[in-house]
Amino acid sequence: MREILELLERDASLSHDTVATMLGLPVEEVDARIAGWERTGVIRRHRAVVDWARYEDGTTDGTLAGAGRAGARVTAFIDVSVEPARGVGFDDVAARISRFEEVRDCYLVSGGHDLRCTVVGPDIRAVSDFVSQKLSTIDRVRSTATHFVLATHKRDGDSFAEPEADHRLPVTP
Amino acid sequence: MKPLNSTITAIPPSGIRRFFDIAAEMDDVISLGVGEPDFVTPWRIREAGIYALERGYTTYTGNAGLPRLRELICADLASRYDARYDPATECLVTTGVSEGLDLALRVLLDPGEEVIVPEPCYVAYQPCVSFAGGTPVGVPTRAEDGFAIDVAAVEAAVTPRTKAILIGSPANPTGAVQPPEVLRALVALAERHDLYLLSDEIYDRLTYDGTHTCLGAVPGARERTVVLGGFSKAQAMTGWRVGWLAAPAPIAELCLRVHQYTMLCAPHVSQMAAVEALSNAEPDVAEMVADYDRRRRVFVKGLREAGLECPEPAGAFYAFPSIRSSGLDAETFAERLLREESVAVVPGTVFGPSGAGHIRCSYATALPQLEQAVERIGNFLRRL
Repeated sequence: MREILELLERDASLSHDTVATMLGLPVEEVDARIAGWERTGVIRRHRAVVDWARYEDGTTDGTLAGAGRAGARVTAFIDVSVEPARGVGFDDVAARISRFEEVRDCYLVSGGHDLRCTVVGPDIRAVSDFVSQKLSTIDRVRSTATHFVLATHKRDGDSFAEPEADHRLPVTP
Repeated sequence: MKPLNSTITAIPPSGIRRFFDIAAEMDDVISLGVGEPDFVTPWRIREAGIYALERGYTTYTGNAGLPRLRELICADLASRYDARYDPATECLVTTGVSEGLDLALRVLLDPGEEVIVPEPCYVAYQPCVSFAGGTPVGVPTRAEDGFAIDVAAVEAAVTPRTKAILIGSPANPTGAVQPPEVLRALVALAERHDLYLLSDEIYDRLTYDGTHTCLGAVPGARERTVVLGGFSKAQAMTGWRVGWLAAPAPIAELCLRVHQYTMLCAPHVSQMAAVEALSNAEPDVAEMVADYDRRRRVFVKGLREAGLECPEPAGAFYAFPSIRSSGLDAETFAERLLREESVAVVPGTVFGPSGAGHIRCSYATALPQLEQAVERIGNFLRRL
């Protein structure tokens, strides 16, 4: 029943009823399976993909300059080189880094660095402070390389470009 | 002034046109009237088209189409349906199925010969028969039979002038997929009366319950059958205008003769894109088909809950519900639904007399829109 997961991964707001209809399954089965996956951690969380650059709250005037200000925040990819330790490799350092709330993702990767982290903060200064004071000072962290995100074009499979217009005629044969 | 061509003058304009004109003037119309995918051509295919342009593939191709494309089309037919055609002599790349249909009818028909067309059917079938000098003979199918072709009724319509039978499966507008036993009976009938068969299989990949049978692969059919297909529906390539026909060499050769003097060849860039579609786009097609299937289930259930009787559409992307319970005829229903609830559908009568009492709804539309359309149809029915 991989299809249920695929549908929810694309749109977690689909009702169980709709999912059941889409796949031709009894709704009770969909309920049970989703509950099971939630219990066992296959579904870790239901969340929305937010384009923060578009977010405006009531205080902004809606002009382009004001747009996105309320939701402004900064994302950086940080590559971290770590000295491995006998018995744990990189795991203990990765776990320490992952505990910080600012760290959204933390992967062990191949290549020139060992860990790749996504760090989010309210502004560049906050991210810089985090890197220099929290991340770099962890034992066995040898170096970091910070890449600030300038624009998001696609995230988690979602293109952030304007949706392509429907050019179809309203009625065709 | 002397009168213009009498055959063409005698054929009325498409009944859909009027609904297009009304819908074009309205805002906020949810359109279930479109006969084309709501997906844009998968990016890898578009990219191949762009690359072809950049590399300067802007010339004519051979009349029959790019050899590579014909090889891929025939390999696809062989692997999917065990229908075997020689790419060199039995396959022709056309500008969409529309041209393939026109070519085949022109090649098969002499003036006054009849073509039996089970209906409700795609709006162009009968006019194309007339344009080719033939006489279309509609044979109704019925919702109670799932719009399966009534082979006995077809046989009853055979006259000494009958030359061919033209079918579309999966069908526009009903979504019906002809069962293998019906196709076998149809082939036997064609053999008994020495008739040709034309099989429009443009929706072949969009089959949800059961599998599609290629008429060219039914025993006994091959020597008398023209199979028509293309890239518009499953690969979402309507605007590229690229299709194909597969037929025994003597028929394909004559189709090529007409094609080379009228169309010359299908667009080069489109053919390059089609090569990419057949080479690498299978996962994209599978994903789109799965999506249509899911929407189909939601939409058909919604129509039924709204109070319309709806035969299960097994293919294409149309539902063809009955609107008899509303007490309105199809034209009135469609026009009032459009004006009062801003939902565009197509009255079944456009597709032949046996489409009376039905409307065609395309579910090639985003799920939230389908759900809203169903709600509006429900509101409309409750008000009647």
